[in-house]
This record gives sequence, structure tokens and C-alpha cells, in this order.
Amino acid sequence: MTHFAAVVLFALFASIVFGITQRDTPRRMFRYGIYCFVLFVASAIVLSWLMFLIAR
Amino acid sequence: MATEENKNATAGQGFVYLPLIAVWLVPGAGHFLLRKWGRGALLSASILGMFTLGIVMQGKLYANAHDILDILGLAGDLGNGLLFVVSRVLGLGADQVQVTTADYGTRFIVVAGLLNVIAAVDAHNLRTGRKA
Repeated sequence: MTHFAAVVLFALFASIVFGITQRDTPRRMFRYGIYCFVLFVASAIVLSWLMFLIAR
Repeated sequence: MATEENKNATAGQGFVYLPLIAVWLVPGAGHFLLRKWGRGALLSASILGMFTLGIVMQGKLYANAHDILDILGLAGDLGNGLLFVVSRVLGLGADQVQVTTADYGTRFIVVAGLLNVIAAVDAHNLRTGRKA
């Protein structure tokens, strides 16, 4: 498994749990789940690039 | 108004901590008890999936606590309930982290336990009527 695949799976599972537990209605659960997933993956990509540039 | 009163009356009956304990022992079980089939299935699939991936990646299952980080890891692992106990009994997971993916696997197992604790609190809130 690649590092990125691990990040995506981690983000997917955590976002599902966050969405279901932190919101009341199915629509809001779905939207919050998507929001968490995007934040997880985007922050991982941004931090990865930052570490890459710092290491150079 | 009448529906709200009925909900409050139902919320006070029986052992209110049953869904909380059920979810801790088996991910999703408390939501199934409360007839929240969809939520229970998704929570169960997510937590079981994360725990299974952690084991497949040869993640470490904490057995004892020698320092503060081990204590925190053990606390997270214990959130998995029966999954942790069964895995320990079957000798799954690694004793030592030797490859990078095993380090990821260890985190997956700990986070699965912490997510299960969040799910257990959610089931308790549903049971007490604090959440719809």
C-alpha cells in the first residue's frame, strides 16, 4: 500500500465516523463527512509539499 | 409536543448505558440495538475496516505500558473492545514495528479504537434522547 492510499483510506474512515457522530440529519452528516475528507487529504498534500521543500 | 414527551419517556426506560457498552465491545452494535441500521453499518464498516487494515499492515497491538506513549497507545487500543481482546488472543499484529507500513498500521489500530469511543458516546446520546 502506498503512503497516499493509506492517507486516503484513513481520511475516508475517519470522515465517515465524524460525519455520523457530529451532525444530526443525514444531509448534514454527508456534507460534514465530505468536508472532513477534503480537509484531511488536502492538508496531507500541503504538508507533504512543505516537508519536501524544506528538505531540499 | 406529545412526540417529544414520548421520546423523553422512552429515553428514561431500561439500562441507558447498554448501547454505549455494546458499541465499545462490538463497533456498530449499539446503533443496531437502537434500530439505526444505516448509521450502525457505516460505523461498523469504518471501524472494522480501519482496525483490519492496521492488522494487515502488521501494526503493533500494545500489551503493556512502560512509558507514557505506551499508556496512550494502550488506551487507544482498548477502545476497540472485543476486537483488541480477540486479536491479542489470536496473536495478530506485530510485537515490534520494523517497517514503515507497520508504523502506519499501529496508528490505524489506535485511531480505530478512538473512533469507536466517539461512536459509543454517539450511541449513548441517541439512547438518552440528546441526539435524534
